[in-house]
Amino acid sequence: MIESVLESVLLYGFAFVGLIAGAAMLVLRHPMRVALALSYAMICLGGVYGLLGVHVIAVFQILIYVSAVMVFMVYVIMLLDVRDPSFTRRFSHLVIPGAVAGVLLFLALERALGPAGTATMPATVSMTTSDAFSMKAFSVAFLDEYWLYFELTSVLLVAAVVAAVAVIRADGSKRG
Amino acid sequence: MDRTQILVAVSMALFALGLVGVVVRRNLLVMLMCMELMLNGVNLSLVAFAQQTGAAAPAVLVFLIFVVAAAEIGIAIPIVLLLARRRRTLVASTYADLKG
Repeated sequence: MIESVLESVLLYGFAFVGLIAGAAMLVLRHPMRVALALSYAMICLGGVYGLLGVHVIAVFQILIYVSAVMVFMVYVIMLLDVRDPSFTRRFSHLVIPGAVAGVLLFLALERALGPAGTATMPATVSMTTSDAFSMKAFSVAFLDEYWLYFELTSVLLVAAVVAAVAVIRADGSKRG
Repeated sequence: MDRTQILVAVSMALFALGLVGVVVRRNLLVMLMCMELMLNGVNLSLVAFAQQTGAAAPAVLVFLIFVVAAAEIGIAIPIVLLLARRRRTLVASTYADLKG
């Protein structure tokens, strides 16, 4: 009983802090603070995934997003000029249309996927999530049923590496 | 509201916040980070649905989104650095002449 209450408190706490961190990204001025807010949001989502029993995704959320992507982002921000005009004036002239579009999008999504939209979904299955999403079950499903997508992601990563090298070399050849 | 509905509502809010960030912020890097927030919102909804239905497909899709996000950042960051070195600014409106 106490464990279930504690789990619910932690789950909603992580979700709430993640939401606050996401909202903070809109108002913080310096990109480094925005990056830290995004890192908070990602760590909180990792906590949510862990509490939902999807540990594989929680691990990769921390390993790929927080450790790789955000460290890369923070490193790039440190290379940039702190006197950039976008560091002092945060918002474009589209503040009001953007905010209205965001609220409308949220309402439309809530209409489509909210309580009415998810009412027809099947209830939680009897199989425990730790069985369904354990590392072994996930790996078997991944390499048994979804092996083609796994291979396609490796092709995508190679294409990304080639594209990044091409961008860097194009800049170097123009300069030198 | 049960747990799945609350998590789906949070995921929708994260997606909407990310979209607002992409539209209203001026800095290219901040816009990129807001796109990452949108992807995280999608991931949260997929995990919530996977946990609700017990199916592995949404969880596999989340893993593929991780890879796509990593590839996106791997290309986007060199492009942003290239633009910043050429024009010495990260204000998105400066690059309006890139429109076709």
